[in-house]
Amino acid sequence: MIEATPKLAWKGVTKRFGDRAVLDGLDLSVAPGKSLVIIGGSGQGKSVTIKTALGLLRPEAGQIELDGQNIVGLSEGQRRKLFSRIGVLFQGAALFDSLTIWENVAFRLINADGVPRKEARDRAIEALEQVRLAPAVADRFPSELSGGMQKRAGLARAVVARPEILFFDEPTTGLDPITAAAINQLISDQVRRLGSTAVSITHDLASAQTIGDEIAMLHDGKIIWRGPAAELRTTDNPYVCQFVEGRAEGPISQAV
Amino acid sequence: MASAEAAGRSALNPIRALGRSTLAAVRMVGGVGVFAVRGTVAALTPPWFLGQLWRQFVAIGFFSLPVVGLTAVFTGAALALNIFTGGGRFNAEQVMPQIVALGITRELGPVLAALMLAGRVSAAIAAEIGAMRATEQIDAMRTLSTDPFRYLVGPRLLAGVLMLPILTAVADTIGVAGGWLVATRVLDFSSAVYIRNTLDFLQGWDVISGLIKAAVFGFIVALMGCYHGYNAKGGARGVGRATTHAVVSSAILIFASDYLLTTFFTHAAR
Repeated sequence: MIEATPKLAWKGVTKRFGDRAVLDGLDLSVAPGKSLVIIGGSGQGKSVTIKTALGLLRPEAGQIELDGQNIVGLSEGQRRKLFSRIGVLFQGAALFDSLTIWENVAFRLINADGVPRKEARDRAIEALEQVRLAPAVADRFPSELSGGMQKRAGLARAVVARPEILFFDEPTTGLDPITAAAINQLISDQVRRLGSTAVSITHDLASAQTIGDEIAMLHDGKIIWRGPAAELRTTDNPYVCQFVEGRAEGPISQAV
Repeated sequence: MASAEAAGRSALNPIRALGRSTLAAVRMVGGVGVFAVRGTVAALTPPWFLGQLWRQFVAIGFFSLPVVGLTAVFTGAALALNIFTGGGRFNAEQVMPQIVALGITRELGPVLAALMLAGRVSAAIAAEIGAMRATEQIDAMRTLSTDPFRYLVGPRLLAGVLMLPILTAVADTIGVAGGWLVATRVLDFSSAVYIRNTLDFLQGWDVISGLIKAAVFGFIVALMGCYHGYNAKGGARGVGRATTHAVVSSAILIFASDYLLTTFFTHAAR
């Protein structure tokens, strides 16, 4: 089978915390311009998967390749350069609460790219409009915004520098269904607009199907199923079935 | 489960517990050392975030003035009374201004200003950076191509080192003024004589050695706040623990380094 070089690939990645291997030889890849969603229960290593790719956690074994280049163990400087091609939306939005919304959105432009403040502000407001936040929000502080608006601002911050890869960490967790649907829509709009590769993690199946071209299910540190988003509800994989139907009994036994 | 078992094992095996706490202590000292070096390099090499630096100057320096000033005036006043009483036992009341000036500039000014800063600033730094850690703001900063050591740690270390000597100079002045106030209002000293005695007696080194101490204490206060905040684990509880550790470790290190520096200065002066 001939395949183009994947945009991002985990190859045999193992990450341990103490005696427990959270990722156990993880193999996963995403093709350029595609959106991959990783689903799975709590504590199955979804967040760790993203954090290893971001270099926030260092795996004990395996390689993570970006455009075919291994990115495990890069120096701080190289890592900083790499991050200019990456955008991340964190679970709690992770906005800097001492800065206004526009300063948050323009943080990379001002502090890493040396863009003058005036121009950075204009670009930030433009990005806020992309996520349907009014320019009036720009001068407010994160604590003055609702959870949904904070997520939008976080999304604006992630896309403002037009990254090649976007990561979304539980983008809809803690939001009501209507706000969640709006965020999902915005995410898939932005990914399409930028033509970026996207990697998301979620346990929200509606979210997974809206923003993902492909879905992979992570269980016990390994990918146990992977397929097009449309097949999520038709597969006969017993793990996926149990997860989709939300049953307590089945092959996945939770230590509750 | 696993941690309960581990705790059980260590309770049964004191040698293992001793080994573990020794390892933890060594790891902690190493961690602080590496952190201090990284922070210092970030503080002294470009790029600098001047806006952040200015913010910290104001937060650490300017807003500590009231608390440092109040501490100094009361300490100076109480010191004057105590030394007057003590000096009276061998008819040496008249050297009170000199002793007060010496005590304030060499010891109490820097140490008290540093302790107030440990309570006020070290705790605030640990809480702020700890909360940023808990809400993934530090991870977010890294993904925005900005080194948290340059943006958060460096400016605080610089502000600590530069601001505490200034605060100490203020504390020295106000502390001596506190002594003067008591001496002239309560104890019938002549104002002119008090001031002349103080100025004639004090040597430059008395003041400068205190300011050097203050710079070291300022580094300690900012470093402990940053270190414990940066390494905070486990949500709100972790932030609380980080704050406590920052204040306690700052205070202990201030006293320990005060003794070491004083020893060094004493030998150097000989």
